[in-house]
This record gives sequence, C-alpha cells and structure tokens, in this order.
Amino acid sequence: MNILEMKHVKKDFGDTKVLKDINLSVKEGEVVSIIGPSGSGKSTLLRCATFLEKMDDGTITYVGDPVVTSVNGASVYGSKAQQKKACSYFGLVFQNFNLFPHFSVMKNITDAPIRNQKRPKEEVYREARELLAKMGLSDKEQAYPCELSGGQKQRVSIARALAMKPKILFFDEPTSALDPELTLEILKVIKELAQEKMTMVVVTHEMNFARDVSNRIIFMENGVIVEDTTPEKMFSSDNERTRSFLGKYYGDAQ
Amino acid sequence: MDFGTIFSELAAGMGTTVEIFLLTLLFSLPLGLVISFGRMSKVWIIRTITKIYISIMRGTPLMLQLIVVYFGPYYIFGMTISSSYRGTAVIIAFALNYAAYFAEIYRSGIESMPAGQYEAAKVLGYNGGQTFFRIILPQVIKRILPSITNEVITLVKDTSLAFSIAYAEMFTQAKALAATAHNVAPLLAAGLFYYVFNFVVAMLMDYAEKRMNYYS
Ligand SMILES: Nc1ncnc2c1ncn2[C@@H]1O[C@H](COP(=O)(O)OP(=O)(O)O)[C@@H](O)[C@H]1O
Ligand SMILES: [Mg+2]
Repeated sequence: MNILEMKHVKKDFGDTKVLKDINLSVKEGEVVSIIGPSGSGKSTLLRCATFLEKMDDGTITYVGDPVVTSVNGASVYGSKAQQKKACSYFGLVFQNFNLFPHFSVMKNITDAPIRNQKRPKEEVYREARELLAKMGLSDKEQAYPCELSGGQKQRVSIARALAMKPKILFFDEPTSALDPELTLEILKVIKELAQEKMTMVVVTHEMNFARDVSNRIIFMENGVIVEDTTPEKMFSSDNERTRSFLGKYYGDAQ
Repeated sequence: MDFGTIFSELAAGMGTTVEIFLLTLLFSLPLGLVISFGRMSKVWIIRTITKIYISIMRGTPLMLQLIVVYFGPYYIFGMTISSSYRGTAVIIAFALNYAAYFAEIYRSGIESMPAGQYEAAKVLGYNGGQTFFRIILPQVIKRILPSITNEVITLVKDTSLAFSIAYAEMFTQAKALAATAHNVAPLLAAGLFYYVFNFVVAMLMDYAEKRMNYYS
C-alpha cells in the first residue's frame, strides 16, 4: 500500500516556479532518498507534504485518505479534522533540529504524544525511554537541548518524531548541520530505522548513504523529478544531468 | 523632624504607591500582549490603529495622559467626576501607557523567535493556542525579561507622576509634608523609599532571570 501519494504538485513563490508537476509515491517500508542541487525544490516538496507550505495545485493522499484534492487546477485542502488525521501519519526531522530549548530531552519527546495524542502518560514515558536507549541517550533524559552536541540533538529530534508513531518519517538534510563524525552517527540511526522497515523519505547530500540505504533515489533539479529509480540504476544512469550532478559529488566525496 | 515621624506620616502614601505599581503591572502586562497581537495583525486596519495608539502613548507625556484620563470625562462628556475616580484614573492611565511599551517589547520578542519553533510545533500537532502559550511565550519571556526589568524600574519612579492629579500616593504626601514643615527631609525620605523599592524590584527581576537560566 502507498503510505504517501503526491500527484501533479505545483508550487510557485511569486514568479519562481519551485515545483513543476511533481509525482511522488512511497510504499510502506520503503526508503526513498531525494538528491539534487540546492534550490531544486527538495525542501519545498517535503514542506508541502507536511503542510508547512500550501501547494498551488496537486493532490496528497496519506494511507488512502485523500487530504488534498485538486479542483479546477487548484489544490483544495480537507477539513481541519482531515488535516489533523493526515498529520498523525507523518513526522518530520529538520536540518537544524528545532528542539524546544525550554523543555528537557524527556519533555521534548513526551509532551506532544501526551498532550496532542492524549496517550497515557506511563506508556508514553516508557516508550520515550526505549527510544532514548535506542538512540544511546539514556543518560540525557533530564538534560536540556543546549547541553547536547549537534548529533545528540538530532537523535533527540528523531526520537521526538518517532514518539508520535508516524507511518512515514521525512528528513530534510538531517546531517547538513553536523560535522562528518556526527553525520555518521545520525546516518547509522537512520540505517537502523530502515532495517526495522520504517517508511522514510530522506533529502540528503550523502551519496553513499543514499546508495546503500535507500530502495529508491529521486534526483530533482529545477523543480522537476529528473529520475526516480533504484540506486543501482541511478548510479549507472546515462542521463546527462544525473551524471553531471553525481560526478560533481563524486569529485569531492570520494 | 526625625525620619521615624516622616516615615509614619508617609506610610499610607507608600502603600498607595506600591498599589499603583502592582495594579499597573497586573493590567498592563496582559494588555500589552493583546496590543502586540494587534500590532502584528494581518488585518491592515487593526495594525494601523494599534500602531497609532502605541505612537501616541509613547510620544506624549504620561503626565498629560493622566490629566486627560482624569479630567477627560468632565471636559469631553460633561460628566461629574467623583474624587474616588482619582485612583481609578491613575491606574487606567498607567496601564494604557505601560501596555504600549510592553506591547513593543513583546513584539520584538515574538518576532525574534525562529520560524522553526512554530514549524516543529505544527508538525507535532500543537494547535495555534498551545503553540503560542506552551512553546513560544515561555521563550519570549526569557528573551524580553531584561527589557521588562527596565520598564518596571521606570514604573516605580513614574508612580510619582500621580501627584499631577493630586492623588495621595507617597510623593504627593512627601511634597505636602515638606511644604508645611519647611523641611527637605520628607523629600529625601521619599527618594530613599524609591531607591529601596527599586532595589528590591531589581533583585526580584534578577532572581527571575536566573531562574530561567536553566536553558539557553
Ligand atoms: N518561502 C520562500 N519564499 C520564496 N522563495 C522560496 C521560499 N522557500 C524556498 N524558496 C525558493 O524556492 C526554491 C527551492 O528552494 P528549496 O525547496 O529550499 O530547495 P532545496 O531544498 O532543494 O535546496 C529556491 O529558489 C528558493 O529560493
Ligand atoms: Mg533544502
């Protein structure tokens, strides 16, 4: 089953067409990497999928529930309740974490499930402790975000997203604010989630990671999907633009 | 005239001064927040009205505002003003004036919050009200506390302006006492009182700032 289906998505910022007819489907358990030069619209696509940005046209369906439909060439968003339901299907991990600095690590993770999902406190705390243990942060429960390294912050933010039990997790360049050592630490966590069959869409510049971990790679440029294929095919692509982009990366990445 | 006598003569006025101070904060702090929302409103007319309001409150003397609030009902509407309205007028004028200053402080704090905090809150299912009161406002308060402290300290001294409509707070009494006794001591006592009052206020605000230092 498709967890996410986005069809014919269009988004302009003023005169700039940022997304031009994008189609993206993600099956349950699939890991999709999105690569492409900066400014190609990768973040905007994730922000449309997570309702942080309103699209101009196109549809979004989560787990079979159409939440954004297209009527006469314009997107129509479902009711507040429908959007809220759709929101419960996804989580988003940001490049710069966006943890709540005034909440402890534990509270960052547990506050939303308790308040917004109205789940029992004990259960949420127990699961939060399990998540922290998995992230290697059991000793940081009571710490505040300012006391953590970048890598630790990002692990907390992944735990915070997972605590909501999303069906799909979006990552927008989760390692771009981190130095190489911490990058590996985060990529390892994402890899483990992939092994557990977590459905994920990861915008990344880490080509080795994209090749090793994803089931599919999407190459975006100038608001269009140039290629959407398996890692093997992507890295042996004869598309000129794909090759030129990957070439640039492999120039300095290897 | 010894200080003991002076202070007992001024005691009631001191109580009134503290009362003006506390009531002004009680009303102007929340009102300032409401006005800051108006100032940041997407609706042009609301934004403009609050902008003009703030500009008048900050651009004219508080003493004049006091006089307008106190005598306005009589001169503008021909209403009879009872002397009990004096105290109310003081609180109204102070609250309206300080709310304008607080509004600008709130606004600067709210506008300095990174968009990422709102976005994270939205993705985690917080609604607008929860996002503001649970996520944004606590951080804003920490950021603006030093500016709030400045205003609060000014307020302690500004309470003396109530004397312009002859409201019997401490400064009014001290001035009267100095005049009848031909002695400057009551005014020195008044000065000492404001100093100590502000010293305590500064200590409390400092404590509050330290309390919020557990994160950055
Ligand atoms: N809020 C915005 N307002 C105006 N232009 C924007 C906004 N967000 C993104 N853009 C523009 O949209 C284009 C795509 O941006 P983005 O989706 O961030 O690309 P990527 O994540 O691939 O680097 C860029 O040209 C960027 O300048
Ligand atoms: Mg981006």
